[in-house]
Amino acid sequence: MARPNSPSDTPDLAALARRAANLRRHMLAMARGQGSGYIGQGLGIADLLAVLYFHELRYDPANLAWAGRDRFLLSTGHYSIALWAAFAECGILPVEELSTYGADDSRLEMSTLDTTPGVEIIGGSLGHGLGQGVGMALGLRMDGIEARVFVELSDGEMQEGATWEAAMAASHFGLDHLVALIDCNGIQADGPVVLDMEPVADKWRAFGFETREIDGNDLGAILAALAELRARTGRPKAIVLRTKPGRGVPTLEARERAHFVRVDPGEWDALVAEFEREAAHG
Amino acid sequence: MAERGRTLAMGEDEATGARDTVEAPFGRALVAIARQRPEIVGLTADLGKYTDILPFRDAYPDRFLNIGMAEQNLVAIAAGLARTGKLPFATTYGVFATRRAYDYIAIALAHSGVNVKIVAGLPGLTTGYGGTHQAIEDLALMRMIPGLVVIDPCDATEIAQATAAIADYDGPVYMRLLRGKVPVVLDPARYRFEIGKAQQVREGGAIGFISTGMMTERTLDAAAELERRGVSAGVLHVPTIKPFDAATVAAFAAEVDRVVTVENHVVAGGLASLVAETLFEHGVSKPLQRIGLPDRFIECGSVPTLQARYGLTTAAIVATVIAA
Repeated sequence: MARPNSPSDTPDLAALARRAANLRRHMLAMARGQGSGYIGQGLGIADLLAVLYFHELRYDPANLAWAGRDRFLLSTGHYSIALWAAFAECGILPVEELSTYGADDSRLEMSTLDTTPGVEIIGGSLGHGLGQGVGMALGLRMDGIEARVFVELSDGEMQEGATWEAAMAASHFGLDHLVALIDCNGIQADGPVVLDMEPVADKWRAFGFETREIDGNDLGAILAALAELRARTGRPKAIVLRTKPGRGVPTLEARERAHFVRVDPGEWDALVAEFEREAAHG
Repeated sequence: MAERGRTLAMGEDEATGARDTVEAPFGRALVAIARQRPEIVGLTADLGKYTDILPFRDAYPDRFLNIGMAEQNLVAIAAGLARTGKLPFATTYGVFATRRAYDYIAIALAHSGVNVKIVAGLPGLTTGYGGTHQAIEDLALMRMIPGLVVIDPCDATEIAQATAAIADYDGPVYMRLLRGKVPVVLDPARYRFEIGKAQQVREGGAIGFISTGMMTERTLDAAAELERRGVSAGVLHVPTIKPFDAATVAAFAAEVDRVVTVENHVVAGGLASLVAETLFEHGVSKPLQRIGLPDRFIECGSVPTLQARYGLTTAAIVATVIAA
């Protein structure tokens, strides 16, 4: 049942773990139907999206246009599989629609367009998210609306210079209601990150962001970082999330760090069974 | 020995001295419109002084953002502002808006019809700073983007009216800017700019000039000179490059002996190309002469020297037409 969400003072870790598992379950079903896709990245940020959509974000799945909502911008549009899973789980989209992922004329594109309910911007042309987040944060502040703007971006995406143009502006304008969520999964289109982006957290600190660096697959660490940053004022915020592509399915975690995972048709049953075994053991 | 021209400041006044002028017509118009429109926000990428937006900053300091030399970010921030209900007018030079921020204008604005106005200084050959600053191909680049409105205004009258029109229009716009002291060519009491409408500004039949932007002033003067020499010349002014008023262009061309396009832009991809496409599609078979910039980067120098050298002056238009 879709209902308004807002951060709780006493987050239920077990409930969030169940949500994260559900997101992964949805994603495996979608990738299986599609036969391939960005399942590695999706599984990697499942924990972050579970915390955002079932704890941190103030939003109402039944009233997506609410001006006071917190915005979540997925800059890496090809992670759409994770966003569709979250939308289905929180009631923005019907779960049955997930089976259309990547199919012709489906709203659930391989790379996000903003015509799908709940999507704030067109992602996928990397480097577009943070700047638009800065613009939204400025607009909200001009109107005295206390909503926050969360922008997901990736380690590879930091190679796009516009990321740093946006970071400079966020800092200059003191946008303390802007949170950059940097998914560092170590991969990009050509394989393992082709330029060394380290030290990532130091870069964000140098640009004036209140920065935390955490295990991005640790629900407790994500909750703690968000809670800490909520209380801080005066500067924009960044969380560097070290995530594991394929998280939750050991075979996928161990597979060559591929940007676009291909799975043989006969493999899916084994992968899903592997995931369920892992999920059952917590 | 004749005195040689000197390169002056980056953006010079557009006035040629023959007409009354208005100082900073864009900035003045924006200030006036913004009085009734609190959602209007002004942005620039470190070119406020040179894009006539400082009157807006002075009138509404809380609604003005200088985001520094970062044109991708200029467009991205404007897009984000628009998505929270603001109406951003973002200024920079045409070269930087189009060459540096193309993907942002295409995807962050046009793809979703986001309501942002890009106002672009130094159009075509209006600066002596060479290829780095001369937006000689911006109209061609911008007209290729689906859903983007592209405007090249003629004078102070049209800049003021077009600024109001694009504020009322819900969608992304790229508008060329004439800055500083801008001449008044079109009578503000009679002329009415409309997005997407070409307008005949002079009657005449042997030569059918089709012009856009500041070249309409020079084309009108060239047509008057030709008439003194016994050649009848009409002028169709086409301030909107996209959506293009093909019906009016075709009807105008059908009534003249030959067509001459005049633009402050390379002759490939802009007005001349649009007119050629239109005449072919409408089955209007007339000789077509294209006046505009050549397919090359242009050197540094003084603007009058360069405009004369590359055929953008009234005298050059007359000579080109007579020679044909």
